[in-house]
Amino acid sequence: MSATETLEHSTDEQHDDHSHDHPDWLAHHFDDAEQQFDSGKLGMWLFLVTEVLFFSGMFCAYALLRSQSPETFAFASQFLNEKLGAINTGVLLFSSLTMAWAVRASQLSQHRTLTATLGMTLGCAAVFLGVKAVEYTHKWGLGLLPGHLYLSQGVPTNEDHEFGERALIWLCVLPAIMLVGFLAWWIQALIQKSTVQLRIAGPLLVAAIMYFAGVGLGRWIESDSSHAGHADHASSAGHATAHPAHASANEHGEDHDHHSSETSSSHEHEEKSFSIAPSVVTLPQANPEQVALPKFGSVPSQDVNQRGRAGLFFSIYYCMTGVHALHIIGGMVVISWLIIKAAKLQFHSQYFGPVDNVGLYWHLVDFIWIYLFPLLYLIT
Amino acid sequence: MLEMIQSVLPLADVNETFWFPTQASTFAKEIDSFYDILFWISMFFFVIIMVPMGYFMWKYRQRKGYQGSPEALHNNALEITWTVIPTFIVVWIFARGTIGYLDMTKMPEGDVLEIKVQAMKWAWSFEYPNSAVHETLHLPVGRPVKLIMRSDDVLHSLFIPAFRCKQDIVPGRYNRMWFEAIKTGEFDLFCTEYCGDKHSQMITRVFVHEPEEYEKWVAEAARPPESPVEHGEWLYQRRGCKSCHSIDGTKVIGPSFKGSWGKDVDLSVGRTIRFDENYVRRSILEPQAEFRNGYQGASAMPSYQGRFKEKELDAIIEFMKSLKD
Amino acid sequence: MSTVAEKELSIPVSTGDAVKDNFLTHTRGFLTWALTLDHKRIGLMYLVGVMSSFTIAGIIALIFRTHLMWPDGNLLTVQQYNQMFTLHGAIMVFLFIIPSIPAAMGNFLLPIMLGAKDVAFPRLNLMSFYLWVTGAIFFVVGLLLTGLDTGWTFYTPYSLDSKGPVVWATLAVFVLGFSSIFTGLNFIVTINTMRPPGMTWFRMPLFLWATYATSIIQVLATPVLGITVLLLTLERLLGIGIFDPKLNGDPVTFQHFFWFYSHPAVYIMILPAMGIISELFAVHCHKGIFGYRLIAYSSVAIALFGFLVWGHHMFTSGMSDVAAIIFSALTFTVSIPSAIKVFNWLATMYRGTISLNTPMLYALNFMFLFTIGGLTGLFLGPLSLDRHMHDTYFVVAHFHYVMMGGTLVALVGGLFHWWPKMVGRMYNEPLGILSAILVFIGFNMSFLPQFVLGTRGMPRRYATYKPEFQDLHIVSTIGAYILGLGLLVALISLLYAIVRGLRAPANPWGGATLEWHCSSPPPFYNFERPPTVHDPYDFRGIEYDEKIQGYVKRK
Repeated sequence: MSATETLEHSTDEQHDDHSHDHPDWLAHHFDDAEQQFDSGKLGMWLFLVTEVLFFSGMFCAYALLRSQSPETFAFASQFLNEKLGAINTGVLLFSSLTMAWAVRASQLSQHRTLTATLGMTLGCAAVFLGVKAVEYTHKWGLGLLPGHLYLSQGVPTNEDHEFGERALIWLCVLPAIMLVGFLAWWIQALIQKSTVQLRIAGPLLVAAIMYFAGVGLGRWIESDSSHAGHADHASSAGHATAHPAHASANEHGEDHDHHSSETSSSHEHEEKSFSIAPSVVTLPQANPEQVALPKFGSVPSQDVNQRGRAGLFFSIYYCMTGVHALHIIGGMVVISWLIIKAAKLQFHSQYFGPVDNVGLYWHLVDFIWIYLFPLLYLIT
Repeated sequence: MLEMIQSVLPLADVNETFWFPTQASTFAKEIDSFYDILFWISMFFFVIIMVPMGYFMWKYRQRKGYQGSPEALHNNALEITWTVIPTFIVVWIFARGTIGYLDMTKMPEGDVLEIKVQAMKWAWSFEYPNSAVHETLHLPVGRPVKLIMRSDDVLHSLFIPAFRCKQDIVPGRYNRMWFEAIKTGEFDLFCTEYCGDKHSQMITRVFVHEPEEYEKWVAEAARPPESPVEHGEWLYQRRGCKSCHSIDGTKVIGPSFKGSWGKDVDLSVGRTIRFDENYVRRSILEPQAEFRNGYQGASAMPSYQGRFKEKELDAIIEFMKSLKD
Repeated sequence: MSTVAEKELSIPVSTGDAVKDNFLTHTRGFLTWALTLDHKRIGLMYLVGVMSSFTIAGIIALIFRTHLMWPDGNLLTVQQYNQMFTLHGAIMVFLFIIPSIPAAMGNFLLPIMLGAKDVAFPRLNLMSFYLWVTGAIFFVVGLLLTGLDTGWTFYTPYSLDSKGPVVWATLAVFVLGFSSIFTGLNFIVTINTMRPPGMTWFRMPLFLWATYATSIIQVLATPVLGITVLLLTLERLLGIGIFDPKLNGDPVTFQHFFWFYSHPAVYIMILPAMGIISELFAVHCHKGIFGYRLIAYSSVAIALFGFLVWGHHMFTSGMSDVAAIIFSALTFTVSIPSAIKVFNWLATMYRGTISLNTPMLYALNFMFLFTIGGLTGLFLGPLSLDRHMHDTYFVVAHFHYVMMGGTLVALVGGLFHWWPKMVGRMYNEPLGILSAILVFIGFNMSFLPQFVLGTRGMPRRYATYKPEFQDLHIVSTIGAYILGLGLLVALISLLYAIVRGLRAPANPWGGATLEWHCSSPPPFYNFERPPTVHDPYDFRGIEYDEKIQGYVKRK
């Protein structure tokens, strides 16, 4: 079916007595396609302005807090895994490319390319969320929580660690249900040989799978960098590691001669060392020897590692990345909507405004991440 | 010119005008005269808008045999005039206001009396240089006074209308203000930043004394009574307890001091506890740790950790014991 | 809300005449209102909603004004008083004033005045309305749970300690913020892209200029409020600490964030009111508005300057002297465009033909009250005087003169002015005039004494006060009752129109803007064919016709 066919098709089923020569993709209150497109575009740009201002509130809070205690930010950002951040940056950049491609495809009425590129964008978003889920739950397990929930030494108990694992499982429940649902849908469409449904269920199914790919990737890199951190620690003491908490935990292990072999997973590592770590949170000043904190530069780590300071960094970290993740989820919803419309071949060179506008939105979400990544992950 | 206008109006009274309370600090004169000038400027503009309005309303009203002219839609000269003249006036107002403000915020040097202010829900506490603590503010006349103010709970704001100045008190930082009283007497001190239930009762008095009298008062205030019970009551009156706890058995915000000593009281967590020395001490130092049943909804009492000496805690406990029945 | 609207408004316009199809009668039934995409119906639903909110908040105000007749206030407990002034402020600001003129009047008028069939995004428009309803429900829940006592400003750390349902209120504000953003966005796009041929920027009625400026503020400022209340919500739920001094956060940062929105919000409230007043003056003086361009530019100037002055709410919070001086200087810049408008309205009266009917009386009321409100702003802008006046009744009186004497009076005047267009019937004129007089007396009696209370040092938000302030409080309370009575009379006069008002002609006042070109009430699609656009303030050739009791344009 080509665009012109759709056009004719739509003009046939006139139901509204006021739309004189209006095709059904043109709303009755607009005079022509150009006016509709311009309105949509301007509306979207204004919406993006509000989005920028929405985030700018948090960027201002970030700037204020960081200027008040730069050393805290330098300290606490050590706990973020910049490899995961970098991978997510790459994934989002790639998704921006596929999104731009999708816009082009819709303008050229290339329906197959449009569905494929939209599907790829959706998949990238899913990978991003999967990696993010690993990052979040790993930190929860380490007690790196916002504000007053922050466990002041970054050395949590066994229970906390299990809490992180459990949280990850909970974060996988909904995607798993969706995965099963999309799979069932896809099989059913396959049996019914419904091309439209296949075109919709396929990308959605891929996206659900990609979420778990993201989770797997995240876990692999997380454990990998833990090993790397351990190796670094072994080779040169005091080197800034990707995961100071791990390093400190390992240090404990060595101190108490419970050093396990290089091949064992970091998970076991942590458990061993945590079992001897104090289960009750005490202030660092109260007992400085009890917890070995990572040493780097001239950062007065004992002072900054407390709820009112490092906790604040994690507050701003969770707020900014959390709101950003919500925007990714919102973007996934509208991209899915586009896929449905695209599968029904509703976009063509006359009418591609929604693809264009969602594209703008997606680029902005990407763009905000480009700022978040260095500001949060690459402070030192 | 201005004095001339003022003299014919009842605003000229130096003590208490129609608008303002007594001028009791060095700032008051500037504030009041600035206010009067602004008042007459405003009056001028009000009149030149309202009089033509009333006149036009009458003259050009719709009626038989009258036809207005739809011209006169634009007049550059006129429009520029009423843009430029107000601009000059507001620039002057801004300048005068700013100069006055800088005088008010520039901290004095030399012979300055420093008083530490602690604002809490819902009481004031003033600590004098000889470490006397009192709930009212006492000052010597003619000497600059600097207030170093802090709050442990929420925002408050210290306002003395007779001195024409106020300053917010922000938890987590020290805010400072200063003034110099020029008149002896007794004045109001208000909290002007909304701070919860008894915000409107967070009022105290300012006493401005002659210097010798002030010295006498402050020396006296630093000396607590000898007997522990009296010392306890003395503290009760001065350190903010009385704004939330009665000593006659009525419920104000928190539980009354009267009638609980030695009894078992119900806690909101479902336990009972003996109302004894340990319990009282803990309730004063860590008021948020546990609540009496029926008082868990009451607003947060600030912690007195570090604000009472051991001897003072003992005195309060003794005072409570004396209110046993 | 919609049910009420339906009951009141879908009554057939006239049984005698052949019923012309209009937007009220186009379709019938509850769902055609609840799910309508028609901007006029959405506007009316907003109107019913905001006026109900106003009634609730107004009754609350009367209750605590009664309480304030006695210094030790026997009527309410201090907690009840605190909850009441909080609800009064929050409902008035978030549910009434901000959406009143832009969302209710703007929705109804903007497309018709512009000559468009609808706003650019009708679905988004309906969504804004339901967001408003959601926000209102959240507030109602807050009301039922009782105990919201933070003041409408939610200042930290009190709002973190308060036992009241703060999260309900902040979520309400968050949702209402989005309602406001989408309305503003819709209006900007509509004015930019939907103008018919001939409707150039400088042929737009001044109400549209004002609405455009308002919409810019809504779009640019509201997101910051959104993130602020979101952070506050998280602060309460998780204790993230950004505004909490106990966790090294800073309460003054909250104030900066809050006022970055809430000061421009003051202009969201007053600018559209100025737009209405410009229309009322032009139409009822039957003379073109004086200095059209200057008024249009001053609207935009106010919108832009309005963003730079938020700090004047915090002069006593202990911010640096430099910041205070800059904010004070910028504050004065806003006074100039406002002054320009007042002078221009005055000049519009000169040699006009002034009909002293209800809308015009309200416009004159506005001039009087807004002039006082504006001039008393001069007392609060200079830093030295503000040290004395800040957070006293002087501030309370000042912003009531601007917000209520300005926005509310303009809204009521605008309602009388466009009521024939909205419901197709004429209101009761004698009652309307009576209401204008009562509002004038009641308002001044209620709020003039508060200036004096303020300079004498009476702090605001006080449930009890020193006995020496009692006399002025009694005068103020009596004034408040008269004001309430005046507004009640206004309501009766308007409702009278629906019950037994005379059928309204297309152009009862002799207006030249496009809304007077279509029938009263307007047809469903506003215009059968694209209208021809004239100068909106060219009243030549518009003459009264006895036969139809309205104005017609002579060739």
